[in-house]
Amino acid sequence: MTEALLEVNHLKTYFPITSGLFNRTVGHVKAVDDISITLKEGEAFGLVGESGSGKSTVGKTIVRLADKTSGEVKFKGIDLHQLSEKELRKLRPKLQLIFQDPYSSLNPRVRVGDAIGEALINHGLATKAEARELVLEVMDACGLSTYHYDRFPHEFSGGQRQRIGIARALVLNPDLIIADEPVSALDVSIQAQIINLFRKLQVSRGLTYLFISHDLSVVEHLCTRIGVMYLGTMMETASRDELFRNPLHPYTKALLSAVPVPIPKKKRKDQKERIVLSGDIPNPANPPSGCKFHTRCPFATDICREQLPVFRHAGGDHYIACHLA
Amino acid sequence: MASISGGAVELKRSQAVPVRSSLWRQAMLRLRKNKLAMSGLGFIIFMFLICFIGPLFSPYADGKIDTANMYSAPSWEHWLGTDLLGRDMMTRLLQAGRISLTVGFASMCISVLIGSILGAIAGYYRGIVDQVIMRVADLLLTIPSLPILFILGALLSEWKVPTEYRMYIVMLMLSFVGWPGLARLVRSQMLSVREREFMQAATVLGLDDRRKLFHHMLPNIIPLLIVVATLNIGGSILYESVLSFFGLGVMPPTPTWGNMIDSANNLIDFEQHPWLWIPPGAAIFTTVIAINIFGDGLRDVLDPKQKK
Amino acid sequence: MRNVMEIEHLSTYFYTREGAVKAVNDISFRIREGETVCIVGESGSGKSVTALSVMGLIEEPAGKIVEGQIHFDGKQLLNLSKQELRTIRGNDIAMIFQEPMSSLNPVIPIGKQIMEPLKTHQGLNKKEAKRRAIELIELVGISRPEQIAESYPHQLSGGMLQRVMIAMAISCEPKLLIADEPTTALDVTIQAQILDMLDRIKQKANMSMLLITHDLGVVAEIADYVIVMYSGKIVEEGEVVELFDNPKHPYTQGLLRSKPIIGDRQDELYSIPGQVPNPLDLKESCYFHDRCEHCLPICKTKLPQLKGMEGRQRVACWLYEEGTHHD
Repeated sequence: MTEALLEVNHLKTYFPITSGLFNRTVGHVKAVDDISITLKEGEAFGLVGESGSGKSTVGKTIVRLADKTSGEVKFKGIDLHQLSEKELRKLRPKLQLIFQDPYSSLNPRVRVGDAIGEALINHGLATKAEARELVLEVMDACGLSTYHYDRFPHEFSGGQRQRIGIARALVLNPDLIIADEPVSALDVSIQAQIINLFRKLQVSRGLTYLFISHDLSVVEHLCTRIGVMYLGTMMETASRDELFRNPLHPYTKALLSAVPVPIPKKKRKDQKERIVLSGDIPNPANPPSGCKFHTRCPFATDICREQLPVFRHAGGDHYIACHLA
Repeated sequence: MASISGGAVELKRSQAVPVRSSLWRQAMLRLRKNKLAMSGLGFIIFMFLICFIGPLFSPYADGKIDTANMYSAPSWEHWLGTDLLGRDMMTRLLQAGRISLTVGFASMCISVLIGSILGAIAGYYRGIVDQVIMRVADLLLTIPSLPILFILGALLSEWKVPTEYRMYIVMLMLSFVGWPGLARLVRSQMLSVREREFMQAATVLGLDDRRKLFHHMLPNIIPLLIVVATLNIGGSILYESVLSFFGLGVMPPTPTWGNMIDSANNLIDFEQHPWLWIPPGAAIFTTVIAINIFGDGLRDVLDPKQKK
Repeated sequence: MRNVMEIEHLSTYFYTREGAVKAVNDISFRIREGETVCIVGESGSGKSVTALSVMGLIEEPAGKIVEGQIHFDGKQLLNLSKQELRTIRGNDIAMIFQEPMSSLNPVIPIGKQIMEPLKTHQGLNKKEAKRRAIELIELVGISRPEQIAESYPHQLSGGMLQRVMIAMAISCEPKLLIADEPTTALDVTIQAQILDMLDRIKQKANMSMLLITHDLGVVAEIADYVIVMYSGKIVEEGEVVELFDNPKHPYTQGLLRSKPIIGDRQDELYSIPGQVPNPLDLKESCYFHDRCEHCLPICKTKLPQLKGMEGRQRVACWLYEEGTHHD
C-alpha cells in the first residue's frame, strides 16, 4: 500500500451568517460538515455532489483558500492549516488547484506565457530563460501552440483557456492537482478534449487528482475512487466500478438514474423506472435533522429523521452513511 | 521530463516574428479611431504648445506697463487688445494659461499620488489602517470642497503669503480636496480585484505579496485611474479659476485665467471692454471641455466594464 | 399532422465592430402539432438566436432578421406589428429561459406575477386569476401552492423558480412553448423532475415545444424531432430515434461519441479536434470541414445543402451527395 498523499480528517468548514447592524453571527452555513478523504499517490478521487453539497468548499479548504472550522488537512503528513503563511507559500507549488471558470481565473492583463511561468520565477524554481522553456514544453503537453505564449487570455476560447489553467498548474510539477469542475463550463466536444488531456497527463506524469464535479459521467471516465456528497456530508465512497455497479445509498442511486443518457427514451427497452427525487435540496444553513437526505429519500423511516447515520464500512472499499442499506 | 526540442525550435520561430500585441497599444489603436476624443486631445496639446511656446515670440512678454495704450481694443498690434495697464492681453492670456494648466496638472498628479498610495494601502492591508485612512477621507468628503478652499485661500491672504509662492500652495490646496475621492476609488477597486478568481489563483500558485500587488492588482486598476485622473484635471482647472476669480487663489500680477476674468466683476469693463474677460473665459471653457471629451474617450477604451 | 410553425429561410445577423456575424444562416424547419422539437448545438451555433428570432426578441440595431418567414397559425410573424406580436407572444407562444431569476420581478410576489398574464390576456377577474394561479403552481409540481404564491423570487431555489416560470408560460395555454436551456442551470436530480413535468404537461395540453439545449442527454429524454446546428446552419435533422441510431453528419456522430456515458467507459473519449470556426470569418466551404475526419476536396470549397434521407432525416454533407460514398 502506498502512503497517503492527502489525508483529510473530519474536516468542517462553517461560514458564519451575520445579520443586523453589528454583524452579529446568527448561525452557520455548514458547507463542509465532517468530511474525511484519503488520497494515495497516483490515485484519482472523484468528489461528486449537486450545488450546495459543499464539494467546492472541500477543495478550497484543502488549499486554504477558505479557513477550516475543525478537523485537519494533511498533505504528505504536514498539517496545512498549522503552517505559517510563509511555510505554506513554499509548499503551494506542490498542491495545485484548477478552477471551474476559465474566464475569471485568468488575469486579463497578463500574457499567457507569463501567467503560466510567473510562479516558477517567483518561487525561484527557474530563471527567466529556463522558465520560458519549461512553459513552452508544458504548453505543448497541454495542446497549446508556442505562438500562444505572448497572447492575452481574451484571445482564447473557453477550452483553450482551460488548457492554460491546466498548464499553469502543471508547470510547477505538483504532486496533487485539485480540479474544481474543470469541464462544466465547456461545450461537449471541447469537454471530451479536456477530459482526455487530464487522463493523458495522469498517465504520463503520474499525477494524483482530486476531481470535483457534479457530473457523474465525467467522474466515471477519470477517477478510480468516487465519493458522493450531499449537504456537506459524505454519503458514500467506493471504487468506481463498485459504485456504479452496486450503489448502496439511495441518494447515489437517484443521482445515477437522474443523469440523462443519450439513448432516446422512446426506444429504451428496459424502461428501468427512474428514481425521480421529489422536493428541493434543503438550505445548508438549516439542514434537516438526522440523516440530511431524509426529506427527499423515498425510503426514509423514523430513525432517519432522528439519528445521524454513521459513516461505516460496507465491505471491500465501500463506505456508506445510511441507516437502511 | 519530456523532450523540449520541438518547443525550442518553435520558440526561435516565434522570436523571429514579433507578434507581441500589447493591451495598451490595442487600446491606443481604438482610441485613435474615436475622432471626438482625438480632437479633444489635439486641442489640449495645441493649448499646451501655444501657452508654453507662444509667449516666447511675443514682443510684450516682459509685461511692461504701457500707459499710452490702456484699454485699447483688439487691433493688429494687440490681437486681443490691452488691459487697464496697457499690457498685451494675448500675451497675458497665454502666460496665464501656463499657470492654469500647470496648476491643473500638478495638483492632479499630487492628488493621484497621495490618493492612490493611501487607497492602495487601505485596500490591500484592510483592518485598522483601512479604517483610519478611510475615515479621514470620509471626513474630508463630507465637507464641500469650495468652502474649504475659500477658507484656506482666505488664510493665505491673512498670513500674507508672498504671491510668487501662492501658485504652489494653491496646487497643494487642490490636491488636499482631490485625494479623498481618488483614495476611495482606488480602495474600492483594490477590494473588488482582490475578490476576483484570478487573485485566488495567484494565492494558490503561492505568489508573493509584491507580485500579487504589482503584477495582478495594480495593472487592473491603473486604466480606470488614468481615466479619472484625466477628468480630474478639468476639475482642478475650474477650481483654480474660481479661487483666483475671487482673489483667493493665485494673485496678480501672476496671471491666471481665473484672475483675468476678475475684470468681469467691474460693470464698466464687463460692458465696454469685453476683450478683457471673454478670451480667458473661452480658454477655460474650451480646455475643460476638451479634457472631458478626451477623458470620456479614454474611458471607452480603457474601462473594462465597457469591454466584453 | 398539422404544422404549428413553419420557418422558412430564416437568417439573423448581428453587427459587431469587427463585422457582421451570421448567427442564424438560412435555416428552415417546421414544428408539428404536439411535437417536441429540440435544437441542439454548442455555444455559437445559433440555437438560442433562432429561439429569440421566433419570439421577435432580437434587439435592433445590434441584431436583425435579414431574411425569412415565420408562419404561425396562418400568420406571418415577421410582418406583424409590435402590438400584434405581443398578443401572440403572451397567448399562443410562450417562452422560458435558462435563468428564471432574471425574468421575474424581485419585488412582486410569485402569485401576483402569475396572475398578471391571466388578467391581461384572458380577462379573468382577480379572484378567478388567483384560483387559476394556485392551480398552475400545483400543476408544475409545487406542494403548498398557497404559501408559494405569497413568496418572493429570492426565497425560492432555482428549480422552484423554473417551475414558476413554466407555470407562467403555460398559464394561457399556448400552442407552442419555447424553452431555451431550461434545465442547464439546475442540478441533475432537479433537471429530471423538470423534464418529467414538462413532458407530462405537454401531453396533457397537446402543446408543441421547441427546446433549445446543448445536452444530448436532455434531447434523448424529451425530443420527438431533433435539429443539429453548427455555426448558424442546420447540419442534420431527423426523428429522434433515427438520428441517434444512425447519425449521418460527421459532427452529429462526433457529438454523440464524445459524450461520456455512464457504464460505457473508454480509455480515451472520442473528441472532435479543433474548435468552432470564427463566425466573422466563414468562407464558402462546409463550416465543419477543418474538424472533420472525412473531409473531401469539395468540402473546402462549397457549402453543402440539406438533402433528404430516409424518413424525415435530412443532412447537409458532401459525403451523401451523388458520386461520393460514405464508407
